[in-house]
Amino acid sequence: MKPLFPFSAIVGQDEMRQALLVAAVDPLIGGVLVLGDRGTGKSTAIRALAALLPPMRAVAGCPYNCASEATCSANHGACRSGEVGDGGGMRVEDRPVPVVDLPLGATEDRIVGALDLERALTRGEKVFEPGLLARANRGFLYIDEVNLLEDHLVDLLLDVAASGENVVEREGLSVRHPARFVLVGSGNPEEGDLRPQLLDRFGLSVEVTTPGDIATRVDVVKRRDAFERDPDAFVAGWRDKDATIRDTIVAARARIQSMEVGDDILERVAALCIALGTDGLRGELTLLRAARALAAIDGAGEVRDAHVRQAAPLALRHRLRRNPLDDAGSTVRVERAVQELYSPRLERVAG
Amino acid sequence: MTANGGLALDGVSGFRIGCGCDADAAWADALLAARILAVDPAGLGGVVVRARPGVLRDRWQAIVRDMLPREAPLRRLPVHADDDRVLGGLDIAATLAAGRPIASRGLLAEADGGVVIIAGAERLDAAAAARLTGTMDRGWVCVERDGFGHAHATRFGLIAYDESVEDDQRIVSGLRERLALHIDLDGVGHAASAARGRGDGLPVDGEASRAAVAEAREILTDVVAGDDLIEAICATAVALGVTSVRVSILALRAACASAALAGRRLATHEDGEIAVRLVLLARATHWPSVDAEDAPADEATAADGEADAPPASPPEMRDEPVTDDDDHEVAAIDQSMLKDVLISAVMASLPPGVLKSMETKVSALAAPKSQGRSGQATDSALRGRPVGVRSGLPRGGARISILASLRAAAPWQTIRQREGAAHRRGTAARRIEVRAADLRVKRFKSRSETTTIFLVDASGSSALHRLGEAKGAVELLLARCYSRRDRVALVAFRGKTAELVLPPTHALARAKRSLAGLVGGGGTPLAIGIDAGLDIAENARRRGERPTLVLLTDGRANVTRDGRGGRPAATEDARAAARRVRISGTPAILIDTSPRPSRDAAELAGELGAIYAPLPHADAGGLLQAVNAARA
Repeated sequence: MKPLFPFSAIVGQDEMRQALLVAAVDPLIGGVLVLGDRGTGKSTAIRALAALLPPMRAVAGCPYNCASEATCSANHGACRSGEVGDGGGMRVEDRPVPVVDLPLGATEDRIVGALDLERALTRGEKVFEPGLLARANRGFLYIDEVNLLEDHLVDLLLDVAASGENVVEREGLSVRHPARFVLVGSGNPEEGDLRPQLLDRFGLSVEVTTPGDIATRVDVVKRRDAFERDPDAFVAGWRDKDATIRDTIVAARARIQSMEVGDDILERVAALCIALGTDGLRGELTLLRAARALAAIDGAGEVRDAHVRQAAPLALRHRLRRNPLDDAGSTVRVERAVQELYSPRLERVAG
Repeated sequence: MTANGGLALDGVSGFRIGCGCDADAAWADALLAARILAVDPAGLGGVVVRARPGVLRDRWQAIVRDMLPREAPLRRLPVHADDDRVLGGLDIAATLAAGRPIASRGLLAEADGGVVIIAGAERLDAAAAARLTGTMDRGWVCVERDGFGHAHATRFGLIAYDESVEDDQRIVSGLRERLALHIDLDGVGHAASAARGRGDGLPVDGEASRAAVAEAREILTDVVAGDDLIEAICATAVALGVTSVRVSILALRAACASAALAGRRLATHEDGEIAVRLVLLARATHWPSVDAEDAPADEATAADGEADAPPASPPEMRDEPVTDDDDHEVAAIDQSMLKDVLISAVMASLPPGVLKSMETKVSALAAPKSQGRSGQATDSALRGRPVGVRSGLPRGGARISILASLRAAAPWQTIRQREGAAHRRGTAARRIEVRAADLRVKRFKSRSETTTIFLVDASGSSALHRLGEAKGAVELLLARCYSRRDRVALVAFRGKTAELVLPPTHALARAKRSLAGLVGGGGTPLAIGIDAGLDIAENARRRGERPTLVLLTDGRANVTRDGRGGRPAATEDARAAARRVRISGTPAILIDTSPRPSRDAAELAGELGAIYAPLPHADAGGLLQAVNAARA
């Protein structure tokens, strides 16, 4: 199969890349929604992330990507029952972080998992065959054209995303397995709006636009052309740059555990959310998490106002009460509020 | 391309260029597109062919078939094909016979290395198109169905026949965008082919071009394009208002395929011209330069205009702000020169007069059809279009899907027979055991959406004093439509035509943008405007939606249906058109935009059977009440 376009070779689209990196550093951020024009490289970036991420430790053969023997057997039966692994004791191996595509035509069975057909038909055994949600555990679940996904599938995903667990009960087949994943959706809003319930579930949102200047566009075209011509050579040429980003992610993950957030920062985060009138606490929490991840990526020892300012549009723009006729758009509204709150005077006081 | 007095719905003006004026050239382009497609079907994504079924289309397709390698598969994809057939799934018959699951390869996997043909592609819904485009992007079919998870590598080109009549039935934009070539066979017309008898005279494509295509396929990987050509293609795309970078990439590939056809390993500006003509031109959303004669002399202006609308654009040139205009990056001079060469070469290939008429139509092009998201139509168990199945019992009138239920039951049979045998000694086993959990019911979608069609009088008499206020009123209504999740369409009429500024859409922000870009002036072709509105209303009704017309005018018609002046005749026409609306039973509301309530408008409202709302009283609350009343 064709290799993937390297993440580091994507021209521009800094905000989208930033959001994906934040999600890679802190998977609990609640997912990333990428909305924008056609032909802006949304899917390319998300698929490229798969090739970039550092491998994770998982029990060999475990269909749910469980991290260790302990968590594995504590959570569900399939691994414990000796059906996986090379018999005997369990081995923990490195495996790539899964980035699972949820195609629009997927059936419900295939998403949540179903009866293993082969075994059922040939041997009459009732064995659960894990679905996409199992494969995506501890990784990413990617839905292109998320705004076109059928409602009953959207509901299903929301339930699982909220509980972090997938439960299947059918005719004596009873399975409960962890399903914690970063939901990444992309779509073109001109083709239909996303249901508000789903919008709110995403931690971060990014708006991508077509690059306006010709130099950037020429770059995009040239790189794509070079990639199409000789994918392997192209990927090899960007390997070092991808490795640098990978190192940044690894370092940031280690750093984020001990990231300090001062009370003054917290106060201003709260003030910002109040000023923007975002409903509920989810916006505030996500903003904090995103700011911490950005600080960690930055290599900073503590969260600073600059990180909050950078994170604010990502974490808040899709949570504003919508005004369809406000041309300013939610991004501008967030930036305006940030500007008012974090005026230079305040920065000095804080600094 | 003549002013036909009807809706200026000709959203594909780019295709129509050859019509009547130069059928030979258009046919030659169609043949060229066929050859280029055959060189690199998967790389180019494919071709959008505007053509209704007919001899010419069959002949063109036969030519494509002939150029492709013998072993290349050709698959027809029916518009309403099941996902099982398209993507692959469980082959029930084979599974039951074999006693183990047998996967069926979908049509897209079968088409690997060949071409998929979709007739009536404008009827493909957004979700089905997304499955196609997803497959094209990834280069493999991702089957996640019926307990299978398989990926089949497949690369194919797509021939999408656009048989649409109306502008609001275009091919889903995501699909259109991925198909590099756009040609028009309807435009080539019957006349051209008839003139040559059975086609011996047509410059087709014998052994020689077949050999050229085969050879081109061989050398294609070696063909490169210089930086100057790549830059020129990008600059031309921007100048024509083609924002998606993907299209520029496709144009580059078309140029390379064209070079390979000519046996060149370096794409030249001739190849660039061909790419611009076949890939970019039909997608133009604004026009780089007003007068073809001035183009060569006016390089500086053209260069300035690259990043956004041309500064020299005349007042009637209503471009929508398609591009992100924040970046006023001006390209280097040398690349702009090559870009100008490309543009002026393309211009030169157009018959005179076409440019002028295109200018007024590009704004319609700028608004591609917006598809409602699949969840938009309300799910209904009872009526509407079938959209698949879900598990559940056939209660409350829900209809059972026998096939899907059997499919769900199939894998369990061995287990159930075995379990059943233990309990049921002596009695005969049932052949197939279906339990409640297997039952699947059909899902339907019924569209009960409301489509509000704004008919805006943009003529001189209205525009001069009240257009601004009318816009304000419409915006209020738009906000209301938004909260009701209605679709809106916008038609503006002035001079001798009505123009569909915005086909029915949910994208309210875009509606507002189109409205803001509206300029006024000219006569009042009220009858033409009302007719256009009624056409859209009828289309909406056919889709199961409930249309409402909102007419903003002062009621003073002075242009007749056939585009002539004269107030009495025009008024008579307008009233006749209004009566048609009333007979059709379409709810309507007339917002009088004249300074004082006018008798003309009030009488017209009477003929329409519309609610009459003079603007001075049409404050926010009043307008909303009036519109709601019209809908009730």
